[in-house]
Amino acid sequence: MAKSLSTKTIVAIGIGTAVFVILGRFVSIPTGIPNTTVETSYAFLALMAVVFGPVAGGLIGFIGHALKDAIFYGSPWWSWVVVSAFVGFLLGFAARNIKVEDGIFGAKQIISFNVSQVIVQAFGWMLIAPALDILIYGEPANKVFVQGLVAGLSNMVTVGVIGTLLLAAYARTRSKTGSLDKEETL
Amino acid sequence: MKKPVIEFINFGFKYRSQAKPTLTNINFTVYEGEKVLIVGPSGSGKSTIGHCINGLIPHSYKGDITGQLKIIGMDTSTEPISAISKKVGTVLQDPDGQFIGLSVAEDLAFSMENDCLPQAEMISKVKEAAEIVGMSDHLGYSLHSLSGGQKQRVALGGVMVDEVNILLFDEPLANLDPATGKHAVELIDQLNRERNKTVIIIEHRLEDVLFRNVDRIIVVNDGEIVSDLSPAELLATDVLERVSVREPLYIRALKYAGCKITPEMRPERIDSLNINGCKEKLLHWLEEVESLNPLTSSKPILQLENIAFSYPGGNKILNNLSFSIAEGEMVSIVGKNGAGKSTLTKLICGFERPSSGRIIIEGQDAAKDTIKDRALKVGLVMQNPNHMISKHLIYDEVALGLTIRGVAETEIRKRVDETLKICGLLPYRKWPISALSFGQKKRVTIASILVLQPRILILDEPTAGQDFRHYTEIMDFLQQLNKLGVTIILITHDMHLMLEYTPRAIVIESGEKIADDLSVNVLADKAVIDRANLKETSLFELAALAEVRDAKKFIQRFIAHDKVVGRKWQ
Amino acid sequence: MAVEMLSYLDRKSLIHNLTGVTKLLCFIMWSFASMLTYDTRILFFLLIGSILVFIISKIKIADVAFVLVFILIFLFINNLAIYIFSPQEGVKIYKTQHVLFTITGSYNITIEQLFYQLNITLKYLTVIPAALLFMVTTHPSEFASSLNRIGVSYSIAFAVALALRYIPDVQRDYRTIALAQQARGLDMSRKEKLPKRFKNAVLIIFPLVLSSLDRIETISNAMDLRGFGKNKKRTWYSARPFRRNDYLALLLIGMVFVLSITVTFYDGNRFYNPFL
Repeated sequence: MAKSLSTKTIVAIGIGTAVFVILGRFVSIPTGIPNTTVETSYAFLALMAVVFGPVAGGLIGFIGHALKDAIFYGSPWWSWVVVSAFVGFLLGFAARNIKVEDGIFGAKQIISFNVSQVIVQAFGWMLIAPALDILIYGEPANKVFVQGLVAGLSNMVTVGVIGTLLLAAYARTRSKTGSLDKEETL
Repeated sequence: MKKPVIEFINFGFKYRSQAKPTLTNINFTVYEGEKVLIVGPSGSGKSTIGHCINGLIPHSYKGDITGQLKIIGMDTSTEPISAISKKVGTVLQDPDGQFIGLSVAEDLAFSMENDCLPQAEMISKVKEAAEIVGMSDHLGYSLHSLSGGQKQRVALGGVMVDEVNILLFDEPLANLDPATGKHAVELIDQLNRERNKTVIIIEHRLEDVLFRNVDRIIVVNDGEIVSDLSPAELLATDVLERVSVREPLYIRALKYAGCKITPEMRPERIDSLNINGCKEKLLHWLEEVESLNPLTSSKPILQLENIAFSYPGGNKILNNLSFSIAEGEMVSIVGKNGAGKSTLTKLICGFERPSSGRIIIEGQDAAKDTIKDRALKVGLVMQNPNHMISKHLIYDEVALGLTIRGVAETEIRKRVDETLKICGLLPYRKWPISALSFGQKKRVTIASILVLQPRILILDEPTAGQDFRHYTEIMDFLQQLNKLGVTIILITHDMHLMLEYTPRAIVIESGEKIADDLSVNVLADKAVIDRANLKETSLFELAALAEVRDAKKFIQRFIAHDKVVGRKWQ
Repeated sequence: MAVEMLSYLDRKSLIHNLTGVTKLLCFIMWSFASMLTYDTRILFFLLIGSILVFIISKIKIADVAFVLVFILIFLFINNLAIYIFSPQEGVKIYKTQHVLFTITGSYNITIEQLFYQLNITLKYLTVIPAALLFMVTTHPSEFASSLNRIGVSYSIAFAVALALRYIPDVQRDYRTIALAQQARGLDMSRKEKLPKRFKNAVLIIFPLVLSSLDRIETISNAMDLRGFGKNKKRTWYSARPFRRNDYLALLLIGMVFVLSITVTFYDGNRFYNPFL
């Protein structure tokens, strides 16, 4: 854990968690496969992890997922909560060299971001999540591995498409600030 | 000997992200117990001065400082922000953004929690602070349930617990209805007099702040101080007009009538004003009046019949509401916070359905419309443009409504270009929206609604937070649209906007219509003003001072004149 | 159109009067006990216990009915999925096979499988009342101070408080944005094709995310201006002192926890096997 978090990071964790919960509850896209939705909240998690770092990413994933489950579904599904934290943390860690807040998010960064998100999520959803399901809840292996596979693929696509778009949009709002004159031109 | 508490010495500041300094060569001193108002147009640097005083600069906003700023002897660039915040209490503009606790009491206690005060002590201090700001009965309330005025009281109480020496208000009136704004100004004045707090107010609603005594007004423009005078002295100059800060209306009326304002007339407040020297001129000026234009009674475009609305299991929000708006009208809907204005908007836009009653648009019952269908008839421009903008480039944003409806590419281009042209945005169609100011973004959102060619346009507080220049720009633009045949409905708190731009006003209070008349008549009706938290304009008082018999005619004259002159100085 | 979510319900009961710390610790122990064990006897015991506590709390089924429906649907689907993917899991675990109905080959219904799935269902049923109670009887701000007291750093405890404080605000923003975009013709339903749905979701997420990022800046300034984070510790206005009942509750649940873990792992196997 970092020595001490800045106020801004703490607020980012708090507000990020709130947004994660709302996206998780309201903005999921039905894929057509029964019981499988595209969770847009993971695209947002990726953005927050890249912008505010691994600690923020991990905590938003952990608190956000636990709260979402608790508030809307009654009880957190701990094994997957842990994986959300893991994914948030590692995405932030892997992207520590992407300086998106300076407005830099070009082809090179997009590739590096996506390579790392695919690796991190494959590991998280397809390996850790099922393993924890078996360990904690004693569920049958082939069921949880299929679930993990589907969730993993869907989240990879979400983060890959929406996450990349979000990061690019964020970078654009941050770019060229140095050259912005306050003089209005319209 | 007066004790200086804020000293700017050859001070300058450049934000790291900007090419040019925002503040240059700032020199002024504020003494203990003074009440100072800082005014200036948007982008003049007045908020930056506020950030310097409370220590956000250089602690949160990074950049280069030149010169020196001392707050009660402390150099702000070396002192930590927590030490500065013990001396300077800041009440921010947006009351929703600054609340951290869930309940009133908790929010009041926030800074004491950070100071590690024991719980018992916090409880007694919270009680004390709540008493000062008049919120003792609301300690357990959730912040969501408070009105705008109450929220501001809590924000003020939250800094009072620290026994700060200086109170800094950043646009305290921006989100308040007129009567609540008046109470806020009274409360600030009381703290200044009774508790000897030094008060700095940053605000562009000059007339509203001058409702109570102010010692000095500092005018900022282009990052520099252009004047530092007492209110009476300032109003006798043309400084405000030059930097496009709106003068009090009565001052403007006097100037239109050809009167020369002198400090001796005590022009800082209408109730101290002496116009014995220029009554004649005012009366003479009045003679050149045009007649009132009566309400037009052409074809109705929007009719509400006995509308009632409540959320399932909730209280009635709207009750038996009926009115009719004619094609080509420009109408204001006014009322205090929570009166039901925004619910009414939702019903008209089809976001919610009335519990009973009918909405008739262009002669047809609109009950079966989907949100998507209704949007082709009624367009809504929301208060916060950031809630509507989802594209990077202006062109794409404006085209969005057509693109998702599957309109053909060539048709889209044609309509978007037409709309951009009307909105004066055509040369900038390839610009990124993030580079625009708030007012420009507003214009983009208006364009993105107009492109769907609705016959009725509803705007929620279109000028909130805008300085006078942008205000005039937006309103003149809306008036042009209105001339092109678009019916325009404004939801607003701004009495002058209603008076100046919309001949007719509908007043809502507790979900019912309490007035529907010419705007001038509405503002002349004391009973309506009190019930709806509106505020009489100072022009009525000036008319009384000048012994003008027909006050409404006087106001009409003012508005007609103001429009002609207003155009010129843009 | 308000979407229901679990939130604090102000009632007077023994459970409400316990501090957030007590409830949090009890909830954690209770969840671990039921997560770790597969011992049917313990699960039954825990289930009866949690129903009793639920009754004491004066929370009514109607208060939480909307969540219960979700949970029951989830349980049903989960059970179905387990059966489809692993119809003989019970046989594998309990090492015997008593066929009840023959369907085809591996899909024969066995008593072992039914017993295994009963255990899984029981596990969820025991945690749910405890979790629901924790959510509806603990005031959010007291919850933050509780986290801090059990050793979570106050920054993180405060982030949790902020999240709870701002969920309704973000939800309101989300609604406003969704309505604005629908008015422009956006279709959120299943009628659209998948790539289009992606695009439409992005149109709502963008404004929501960007305005939330602005909000982070405003709030963090407000907190800095009021001295957040200047000390290594902070106190909490809404913290509550420990009373006798808190110690009693902790002792009681602590004993239940130790007991159930001991019984579960006594014979070196998480599963209670009535078939041998």
